[in-house]
Amino acid sequence: MALSNVLHAPAAGFNFDHAARNAELEGLFDAQIPKPVKTGTTIAGVVFKDGVVLGADTRATSSEVVADKMCSKIHYIAPNIYCCGAGTAADTEKTTELLSSNLTIFSLNSGRNPRVVMAVNILQEMLYRYHGQIGASLILGGVDCTGNHLYTVGPYGSVNTMPYLAMGSGDLAALGILEDGYKPDLELDKAKELVRAAIHAGVMNDLASGNNIDICVLTRGGVDHIRPYQVSQYKDKRKTKYKYGAGTTAVLTEKVVPVKLEVVEETVQRMDTA
Amino acid sequence: MVVLKGYGMLRHSRTIMRTAHGRIIQRASKYRIVHDVDLYRMFRIENATQPDVRVFRTESARDGITMNSRGLRSQLKDSVPVAGLCPQGAYGIQDCLRSGFSSVKNELLPSHPLELSEKNFQPNKDKMNFSTLRNIQGLHAPLKLQMEYRAARQIQRLPFLPSSNLALDTLRGNDESIGFEDILCDPAQSEMMGEPHLMVEYNLGLL
Repeated sequence: MALSNVLHAPAAGFNFDHAARNAELEGLFDAQIPKPVKTGTTIAGVVFKDGVVLGADTRATSSEVVADKMCSKIHYIAPNIYCCGAGTAADTEKTTELLSSNLTIFSLNSGRNPRVVMAVNILQEMLYRYHGQIGASLILGGVDCTGNHLYTVGPYGSVNTMPYLAMGSGDLAALGILEDGYKPDLELDKAKELVRAAIHAGVMNDLASGNNIDICVLTRGGVDHIRPYQVSQYKDKRKTKYKYGAGTTAVLTEKVVPVKLEVVEETVQRMDTA
Repeated sequence: MVVLKGYGMLRHSRTIMRTAHGRIIQRASKYRIVHDVDLYRMFRIENATQPDVRVFRTESARDGITMNSRGLRSQLKDSVPVAGLCPQGAYGIQDCLRSGFSSVKNELLPSHPLELSEKNFQPNKDKMNFSTLRNIQGLHAPLKLQMEYRAARQIQRLPFLPSSNLALDTLRGNDESIGFEDILCDPAQSEMMGEPHLMVEYNLGLL
């Protein structure tokens, strides 16, 4: 149906038509508005001798309710770059997907592996453009031809680089462990244990972080994404599926009766194939 | 002979010339000459934001050379379609569901913090890039680039059909990157269709 008040095609991108209406409705429906799913989370990263270790918990909350017990917060960006995301779950997902697509196009065009600084710059420009309305705090880690890198990008576009970083609601707890245990040029096992301990501190001391701990190890040789690295001790024992495997019940006797079918009626309908 | 001439608005490309005897000769002009007669109308159109259409109207030269002497600065929007002036709803009245009740506050400020900056993002970026280019390489560099942009912007389909803007995207470098404008609100999948005749008339400035 053609509308006579549409005089030009709508512009692509974000549409602000309803902003005024939403502002008017601000105080009216507070109780019934669905809260966005936040990853209210603990994420951390550490640079060690051969690469970068990233860690994250797996809880996604929707205000006071746990929305997802096994959500994946370590996102793939490029074969050599991974990103942990804290903040609004949808924002981190889509932003990292956009970033990954852009870097893939770049790799295909130039035939090179993307560098971590490229990812950081693209993210910074994108997040600054939207002035913090996209609530994504990200920790990017990767190994490229210039070395091992770890960066954090805030929702307003601020960038920080340090050998160890933590973000999310449990970052203070995690940072305490990191500050205490970090040494330059750690070995792989020590680095994994340090990140695990940091995320564990966040899980224990922050309400919005919990459940399992995921670890992702990036080195020159490849990526090791361990999901889960540590399972929560409060694991749910309920079954999600009530399907019993074959052999649960013992078979006592078996009788096979073939069913004979006889043709009762036959009708032919011609198809018009002209 | 008096030729009505003005600046700013692009109207239908005919000049009305009055000879010494008072006879009116109408002549299709090779140049789009603009009529600045009705200030209120001009003000009204100036404040109503029809960004892409205006660019299209200024840049597309169906039968002549366009004269937009103000360049990029004139394309920056300092307001968004606003409640009282030129209401966007049906039948020319305020659409309360979309734009809220009309009030002075509504009329003066954009309703979302990002609305204005998003509208102006591309022109601002171009302005910045061109001025940097001018400082580094001289005036010829932005001039040549802007000429190419104008040429590429004129490659459009009919107003009610979605144009791919392939040449423009290639010039801007948008063909090698994906942003929110490629994912959200794809005009090709818009649920609203405009009435084709009205859209063409609007584009030609007859509406």
